[in-house]
Amino acid sequence: MVSTGAVRVLAALAGAEFRRYLTYRQATIAGAFTNTVFGFMRCYILLSVADATGQVAGYAAGQLVTFVWVGQGLLSVVNYWGHQELPERVRSGQVVSDLLRPVDLQAAFLATDSGRAAHAMLTRFVVPVAAGLLFFDFYLPRHPRTYVLFVVSTALAVLICSTCRYLVALTAFWLLDIRGAQMLWTVTSGVGSGLYFPLPVLPDWLVTVLWVGTPFPGLLQAPLDVLVERGGTGHGLALVAGQVAWLAIMTGVCRVVQRRALRRLVVQGG
Amino acid sequence: MAERSSARYRPYLRLLAAQVRSQTQYRLSFALDLGFSTVLTSLDLATLWVLFMVNDSLGGFGGGDVLLMVGIAAAAFPVADLAVGNIEKMQVYVRSGLFDAVLLRPLSSLGQLVAMDFAPRRVGRAVQGTAIYILALTIAPVRWSVPVALLVVLAPVAGAVFFGAIFVAGATVAFWWIDSGEVANAFTYGGKDAAAYPVTVFGGLFRRIFVYGLGFAFVAYLPALAMLGRPDPLGTPGWLRWCSPVTALLVAAVAGLFWRTGVRHYRSTGS
Repeated sequence: MVSTGAVRVLAALAGAEFRRYLTYRQATIAGAFTNTVFGFMRCYILLSVADATGQVAGYAAGQLVTFVWVGQGLLSVVNYWGHQELPERVRSGQVVSDLLRPVDLQAAFLATDSGRAAHAMLTRFVVPVAAGLLFFDFYLPRHPRTYVLFVVSTALAVLICSTCRYLVALTAFWLLDIRGAQMLWTVTSGVGSGLYFPLPVLPDWLVTVLWVGTPFPGLLQAPLDVLVERGGTGHGLALVAGQVAWLAIMTGVCRVVQRRALRRLVVQGG
Repeated sequence: MAERSSARYRPYLRLLAAQVRSQTQYRLSFALDLGFSTVLTSLDLATLWVLFMVNDSLGGFGGGDVLLMVGIAAAAFPVADLAVGNIEKMQVYVRSGLFDAVLLRPLSSLGQLVAMDFAPRRVGRAVQGTAIYILALTIAPVRWSVPVALLVVLAPVAGAVFFGAIFVAGATVAFWWIDSGEVANAFTYGGKDAAAYPVTVFGGLFRRIFVYGLGFAFVAYLPALAMLGRPDPLGTPGWLRWCSPVTALLVAAVAGLFWRTGVRHYRSTGS
């Protein structure tokens, strides 16, 4: 199904998006600054919670520091809240020109998003993590293999998030205006992925429901748990396997919804 | 005289009404948006509750005390966000040169920007924030007296003015640095979060520069201490706890001055 030509086109799309973000230097600096300010705040709050017992839900103080700062770095790589261009193109009808191209709409979406994520990894990820290393007692992984697993888990998180946001964008084919769906996504993804607090703080049954029933922990909690070596390498591998499963499920859902959406599309003449 | 002043505000009201009408056109989307942005406020509260499940005090303060701080911030911030939060779109106007059109009209530029992007979905949050504040006042061990009652009313108003000033100041940066939007977020949304927690939680330079230096401690922490009749464990003078209305006006004046400087600096986009 995927020819080498298609792969070349997708790689070119990713490269173009990477270069596009290189030109947004001001926005990159501004974003990294904000992630860092929030990092200080979240880090101090969690450390204050850990003050009495020296740990929170099994995370030692150093692990909490790593959790917060690497989380602030990954936030822009995984990109929960980025501006969506596709819905506006659906509303205005420009999506037709996207559909005329010999590249699948979803594949193009994922490819461009990967280019953006690669840029964020080299820029916006580095600043908060450096601040955390500089100002706090940071937990560094004991095993070299953890780093490899972290890279794999992060790549999966980026792809899962892309498919989720693509699904949100597809609602534009029905709703035209996606602000409501976007808001639903913002609320659920933030809480469900461990952005505000590590998920194990919650009651066990709720944590299980989140891991098994939603893709959200795969966005942030999974790569962070892998990095702080919670439960060892075996547990880390299980988390990555879960991410692969959720990527497959979300991709499948997107295929079905995309087929329906394109069948609904009415191009305004003119 | 009354007639003249009502004529003066009529264009703004028209702009507001047009915004409300246009944003409620897609009904399902608007309903979802209103609903979930209201839920978003409860999320801060839920986060706090989760943290208190782990540890029954935060920075030396009990649940009721912290709830009071969260309540003041929750009542103040959404009002500022509703009134001037849409100034965030400033960078779009500067980038596209649309700000020219704003300056050409015989109305205040700040007033127009505020009215042009009014977001009615934020009403839900303001109502909910006020409800949280009232609830907090009944739960927290407030030492009621006449000055305290006055502060209870003034503190959220002062907080709203303070955050409004931060919104305007943050947007003004766009006159020099167009893509600065996210920097403003650190002080608006970040400031909202920082203001809702006891200052004792934070440490080092962050506490000195961000929380005390920029004045976020004045929004909720210091007034809450006054309401609870407690001194600041960090040793700031006692009278400072009553100063939030003054600091809010001060910050608003500085932000206004900054805005005027920014507008004068504006040079359109060229062709």
